[in-house]
Amino acid sequence: MADSILQFEGVSKSFFGVRALDDVSFSLPGGHLLGLIGENGAGKTTLMNILGGVLTADSGTMTLRAGKYAPRRPADATEAGITFIHQELNLFTNLSIADNIFIDRFPRLGRSPFIDRRQTRRQTAKLLESLSLSLAPQTLVDRLAPGERQLVEIAKALSTGAGIILFDEPTTSLTAAETQRLFDIIRRLREQGKSMIYISHNLGNVLELADDIVVLRDGRVVDAGPARDFTIDRMISRMVGRAVDQVFPTRRSRPSEDIVLEVKALSQAGIVRDINLVLHKAEVLGVFGLMGSGRTELARMLFGLEPFEQGRIRVNGAPCDCISPTDSIRRGMAFVTENRREEGLLMDATVLDNVGLVSLPAFASPRFPRLLRHRQLGGAVARIVESMRIKSGPVARTLARNLSGGNQQKVVIGKWLMSRPAILIMDEPTRGIDVGAKYEVYGIVNDLTARGAGILLISSELEELMGLCDRILVMSKGEITGDFDRARFAQESILHAAFEGHQGRR
Amino acid sequence: MDSSGGPGARTVIRRLLRRTVLSENFVLYLSLVFFIGLYVFMPYIASERNLANISSNMWPLLALVLGQMFVLILGGIDLSQTSIMALTSVIGAMFMTTQLDPDLFTKSPLWGLLLSADGSPLSGTLLAVPLGIAAMLLVGTLVGLLNGVAVAKFRMPAFMVTLVSMMFFSGLAIYLTKSENIMYLPEGYTRIGSGGLGPVPWSFLVVLALAVATHILLRHTVLGQWFFAVGRSVRTSVVSGVPTERVIVIGYALSGFCAAVASVLYSARLEGGRPTLGQNLLLDVIGAAVIGGISLFGGKGKVLWALFGVLFFVLLSNALSMLILPFYAEPVVKGMVILLAALLDVTRTRLLAREVAL
Repeated sequence: MADSILQFEGVSKSFFGVRALDDVSFSLPGGHLLGLIGENGAGKTTLMNILGGVLTADSGTMTLRAGKYAPRRPADATEAGITFIHQELNLFTNLSIADNIFIDRFPRLGRSPFIDRRQTRRQTAKLLESLSLSLAPQTLVDRLAPGERQLVEIAKALSTGAGIILFDEPTTSLTAAETQRLFDIIRRLREQGKSMIYISHNLGNVLELADDIVVLRDGRVVDAGPARDFTIDRMISRMVGRAVDQVFPTRRSRPSEDIVLEVKALSQAGIVRDINLVLHKAEVLGVFGLMGSGRTELARMLFGLEPFEQGRIRVNGAPCDCISPTDSIRRGMAFVTENRREEGLLMDATVLDNVGLVSLPAFASPRFPRLLRHRQLGGAVARIVESMRIKSGPVARTLARNLSGGNQQKVVIGKWLMSRPAILIMDEPTRGIDVGAKYEVYGIVNDLTARGAGILLISSELEELMGLCDRILVMSKGEITGDFDRARFAQESILHAAFEGHQGRR
Repeated sequence: MDSSGGPGARTVIRRLLRRTVLSENFVLYLSLVFFIGLYVFMPYIASERNLANISSNMWPLLALVLGQMFVLILGGIDLSQTSIMALTSVIGAMFMTTQLDPDLFTKSPLWGLLLSADGSPLSGTLLAVPLGIAAMLLVGTLVGLLNGVAVAKFRMPAFMVTLVSMMFFSGLAIYLTKSENIMYLPEGYTRIGSGGLGPVPWSFLVVLALAVATHILLRHTVLGQWFFAVGRSVRTSVVSGVPTERVIVIGYALSGFCAAVASVLYSARLEGGRPTLGQNLLLDVIGAAVIGGISLFGGKGKVLWALFGVLFFVLLSNALSMLILPFYAEPVVKGMVILLAALLDVTRTRLLAREVAL
């Protein structure tokens, strides 16, 4: 066994009292590829941010090549020979491959401030050749396929002489052929003695590539060992392996037979295929899927934010072309988007303006010039703020920007409650909010169903879905791969459905 | 160390300063201080004649700034307002003029169609003035609508769209008249520029009505709230069911309408349709808006702010024109004041953000 090149010892990190990492210890042997797996929120990203100098650990140490390693800035990590290859690529699409690779350290002509273009091209060509990428160094990145861009990132990493390379979901945007090519290169890099950490939800790929596997759950290392001892089943059961806590409020209502939303054969090339679903009155229907499974896109299509090529949507029995969100809202739909800062809130507007935004027309005279009834609107907003226990200063003066994440999310939900929706679509409604606020959101979901609303709940936290939903649909690669009634909820089978098409070689 | 009273007094002054700077009426205070300061050196500034001059300069400019404010709140900008003024000035005059010099106008593309030595076909009729004004307002609104459609539907940058329409329509105004001013407008029209209801000038009354309507629209209607929402975040507005495209189109149309109102007032005062009307006004409009505190980043604006901005700007211009300065000094000073106002806007936003966070 090779000596360890990088070691984590007792690394812990908390955010606002919530443990993100708890006493994490493992080591990366030199020249090995270590697969790091875990559910969303298990702590993988936090750990990588600590390694990359973006965050500092609360306690614990890291050892790099037998020396203490405590990066304070991302530049420290680069200097120490650690490079990250992210899911979203960090390339300038308007520049050439060579420019991208040498952007922060162009070779100069002697000591002059002028770039040595010939040298830049020559070194880039050499790097590209080592990755058997037959592209001219001056090709614009804009023209490259996703797989080629991924390789340019790797070339950039190699050009810095990095000894440790981290891959975070590198294959999400790649075709099968591109993925295999990437894997060939990863294997070649390993032969050259590079050490790598590979993070992916694609368990089959991890199993195929890794020498060692580490499983994180709730910020703790729950399993670690040589990859040959692992199977997909063992990986999945280790990733979840926890009983659903009794943290979900008891439902007071049962789903009715009435259908509020019906989707038939919805397709959009490359995004979703043949989606069929039915949402009943007073039902919570969960949608589970990995990132990139098409779950968010599906929600956006239902709400009229994105187009689809084929399929029919019926709202309350009436056919609905859902051309625009305005139409959808008129039909009683509401949509809590996954990114509340960009699409949920007017950050620089007051709580009053935010909560009132959707319902403005309902609080105005019906005809031109549509004068607002300020007092009624203010009263309705105040009732929402109070009933949801939104912690805010005076609503007419406090800006959404100055609220905590949980309260911001409650403002977003509150603005939709104002419109008394019959169908509420929620995309990751508890992402990035603290535990207390999470449970309040769960309570709101229950209240809404008690009033007869149908809720489509998208989440990557399986426990949340199992705790709240009457039914869970599972999506993988744009298709529905599982449909589970509450009686048949089982983490492993749901995860299996979510990983469908992700396992094994392609 | 300071004496025991020192820091206390200093914090009081500091707090007072902060409150003044953060106050909604800051620009009004500034204008008053400025006016009083000028009065000490140039008592003439408070003479009846000069005050009338200041007033008559303020109202048409305020009409323009009100229009610009709709677009600024949306996070856009309308550079074409001045050429809308020129175009509508010329078109309105063509409807109303009673006499044209054939030597000057035979080359106009409209000679023989709309124009003759006896002026417009309507000349002398009762309809000439109302139709002329209606045509001005209609054309202004239409040009604004065109800008709005280009920005909202085709998602072109507002700066580009309105820059192009500034060039195009100012060119069109010059082409229509072959660069000649159209004079001999009926008295019924020119009175708008000089007369009034008793001592109250018409231009004041017209712009007052416009300002009140703007205030009601922005503060008390659904559309007004939508303007602010779109200016703060288009994406959030779309998701929340705001018809963003329609709101943007309406904003630019209103800007065009207000520019036409300004054109009605200016043309009446100058007693002619001028293809070069408003050529140097763009800086004044944007400057007054920025000085008033209407943010170029969108989402902020009030009628009162527009009024204060215009007041300060007109006072400044007035003072500068009375000082005997070399011709280049005026734009230099104006530019610097606008720059300071923009800086103040940024500082204020930062201070306010901190205030609420505390």
